[in-house]
Amino acid sequence: MKVLLVVVGMALVTYIPRLLPALFMDRFHFSDWFQKWLQSIPYAALGALIFPGILLVDKDQPLLGLAGGVIAFILSLLRLHITLVMAGSILIVILLQYFFV
Amino acid sequence: MESKPPKIVFKSNSQLAQGIQAGLPIFLGYFPIAIAFGALAVQAHLNWIEAVLMSLIVFAGASQFVGVSMFLAGAGAAQIIATTFFLNLRHLIMSLAVNDQMRHFSGGWKGFLSFFITDETFALLTLGGGEDQLESRTPSYMAGLMITAYLGWVTGTAVGGLGAGFIPPEITTAMTVGLYGLFIGLLVPPARKSLSYAVIAISSMIMNWALGFFMDTGWSIVLSTILAAVLGIILIKEDV
Repeated sequence: MKVLLVVVGMALVTYIPRLLPALFMDRFHFSDWFQKWLQSIPYAALGALIFPGILLVDKDQPLLGLAGGVIAFILSLLRLHITLVMAGSILIVILLQYFFV
Repeated sequence: MESKPPKIVFKSNSQLAQGIQAGLPIFLGYFPIAIAFGALAVQAHLNWIEAVLMSLIVFAGASQFVGVSMFLAGAGAAQIIATTFFLNLRHLIMSLAVNDQMRHFSGGWKGFLSFFITDETFALLTLGGGEDQLESRTPSYMAGLMITAYLGWVTGTAVGGLGAGFIPPEITTAMTVGLYGLFIGLLVPPARKSLSYAVIAISSMIMNWALGFFMDTGWSIVLSTILAAVLGIILIKEDV
């Protein structure tokens, strides 16, 4: 019973922040600067999500995440499809773990 | 050729199909990580139904791992729920950006689709598939993408909770790095096209790193996203 309570509580506090913009965004007319702020969110959010989190995937081996990140960076500079970029970073991490760690 | 009527029918079908296709990389990334989550949850003495229910109604990977670990460590309900809240607060900011794309959707669609906002679905919806398509996103495209990701997470949890699929920690590590690869792969193309986007992203990285010394990850991601996006107000040219 206690677990169920925790799970439902987690669900509520996770959904409410996701839902709020759906409920309220229509009521406001956004000024030009706010629109630019909104437009910048993806770049800002991805920056914050990537670093330094990528170094902490394996806390004892920050170089693993770094290697995966560098490969992803190079492959995306080569304009490869996103699936191949992911595959490249996954592969390098598997190889590094297999041979070196 | 372009004006043949059947093409219109095909297009309305293909929105869903395109969404599912766009969501597949997330499905593949989530599935093995969710297997690991399901296995951990069962080790933490949740039963299978509770583990799957958590993935079904919470659908937020990192906070689920943290929640289950806290449960294992004997933390109280209020403490776990509060931690979950702060860890997932960043989705509020992400939801602003996603809902900006959904302005022309009905209220029901907005409320429904907002449930499925994760770091990865947000990243693909905002930066995947070219900026020119953002205005024309349909509910079925978004639902296809988001529910594909969701199914990867839920089915993975179900498999992992049964103990059916053992995922070595090396694979979980590799797949997690793969999801970072997804973020990088989505960020690099616009960042090379516009220096402003690159500056915003790099500033956010530096801020998040620096703020990390003073606060929890949940807070520092929220704060650096809000602050770095303010730079965009100055940097982005009028043509929005």
